[in-house]
Parts: sequence; C-alpha cells; structure tokens
Amino acid sequence: MTVIQNITSHLSVKKAGIAGAGGLGSNVAAALVRSGIGHLVIADFDIVTKANLNRQFYFEDQVGRPKVEALRENLLRIDPKTEVTALNSRITPQNAGDLFGTCDVVVEAFDRAGEKQWFAEWMTRHYPDKPLIMGSGMAGFGNLESIHIQRSGNLYICGDQRETDEKQVPLLAPRVILVAMMQADLVLELLLHQRPVQNI
Amino acid sequence: MTITLNNRPESFAAETMSIARIMDEKSFHFKMLVVKLNGSLIAGESWPKTVVRDGDRLDIIHLVSGG
Repeated sequence: MTVIQNITSHLSVKKAGIAGAGGLGSNVAAALVRSGIGHLVIADFDIVTKANLNRQFYFEDQVGRPKVEALRENLLRIDPKTEVTALNSRITPQNAGDLFGTCDVVVEAFDRAGEKQWFAEWMTRHYPDKPLIMGSGMAGFGNLESIHIQRSGNLYICGDQRETDEKQVPLLAPRVILVAMMQADLVLELLLHQRPVQNI
Repeated sequence: MTITLNNRPESFAAETMSIARIMDEKSFHFKMLVVKLNGSLIAGESWPKTVVRDGDRLDIIHLVSGG
C-alpha cells in the first residue's frame, strides 16, 4: 500500500461534522472529500446567493438553491463514494447532538460570533472529548502572518482572532479559504493521529 | 504568580487574581469570548469570582464574526 492509499484508507472509515456551509464549511468539505473522508455531516439553513460566490464553493447556476443541497451535489462530483449527510436547517442545541454526536471530529463554520460562542460552549460541555476546530477572524486581505492556530485542549481556533468593521473589511476568497484549509488540515492531523511534520 | 496564558508564560505581581481582572489588565475586551481555566469552560458570569492561581493554565479565545 502506498502512503497516499494508507491515508485515504484510514480516512474512508472516519466521520467529520461541519456546522455551517458558507465560506469555511463549503471549502473544508471539498478538501476533506478530496482527501478521502468517508462520511461528512453538514448542516446549514441558508440558500446560495450571488454574493457568496466570491469565496464559497458554489457556482452561479446554483444561486437560489439551499446551500447543503448544492454542496452535496458538488462534493459528489468530486467523489461519488463519499457519504454526505446534509441537513437543510438551522443548527440548535436541540439538534446538535443528533447531528454531531457520532462524528470523530467537528468543524465550526458559522458566520456570526454569537453562533460560534454558543456552539463552542455547548460542544465543550456535552462532548469535551471530541475535537472542535473553529474559525475566528479572516476578513480582508494581507497580513497573513497574523493567522495562526490556537490550541486549547480539544479546542482548536484558526484565524487571526481580530475584530474588523464588516462594512469596511469584507470577506474575500484567499484569507477565508486559507483558514478553511487550516481547519481541514487539522481534521487530517487529528484523524490520522499524527503530529505535524517538523522541518529538520 | 506565573500562569500559562494562551500557551505563553505570563507573570503578574499579585498572588492570585480573578479572571475578570486578568482580562482587564491584558486588554481582552471583545464581546464574544470563550474562556477555559485548566481545561474547564468558565461562563461569563463567573469571570469576576473565579480565582486564578500560580501555575494555572488560562485560555482566552476571541470569537469574531465571518466565515
């Protein structure tokens, strides 16, 4: 078995949850499917808009459709063998356990800080042993040096953690997708039980 | 006391301090924060009364909209 076959075979029996299918969630999902994840659980209540196309993994002919439905279609075009459980609904404390309770790892990919906060607290209370990978702070362009990973037990936070004025500093593809890829890479690191490769 | 604040050693003149006082001194003034002391989640209403001691590990995470 080659190294890449070994990795995809490990990932093929793993289940990852993604809370939100926007700029972070849609791109994390694509990276995980390309890596060979076996099962994805994705939930979002939103529909695809034209404004989403500057950073989210959707196409113009999908505008107006529920995000999870369009995303499922796009992911299965990459790999039809992937099991994609998609819920077109808002994530709440009432359904979060059913959605993510059996996932090996969970990615937080909400838009609003308030949603990030209740989800982080809820997951830490109910599933303290389950890794939660969050995104916080990725607006604008430039200053990539400020983007980092903060590790706090089973909680991982990717981004610059800097507050910006949403009207002045929009969300753009490079920084959003960069943070999404950091989240996806952490999923691989945790699922493959490997420490990051050190430069010698 | 010396604590580990966000994975870095941090020293304060006082022997013990509340989480709220540390946040004030270190200028953590965001609206949305997740705070963990020695791995346990501490809710906002407990920050003024939760005491941090020498050797403790405190994690203060800023949650910013966008994603």
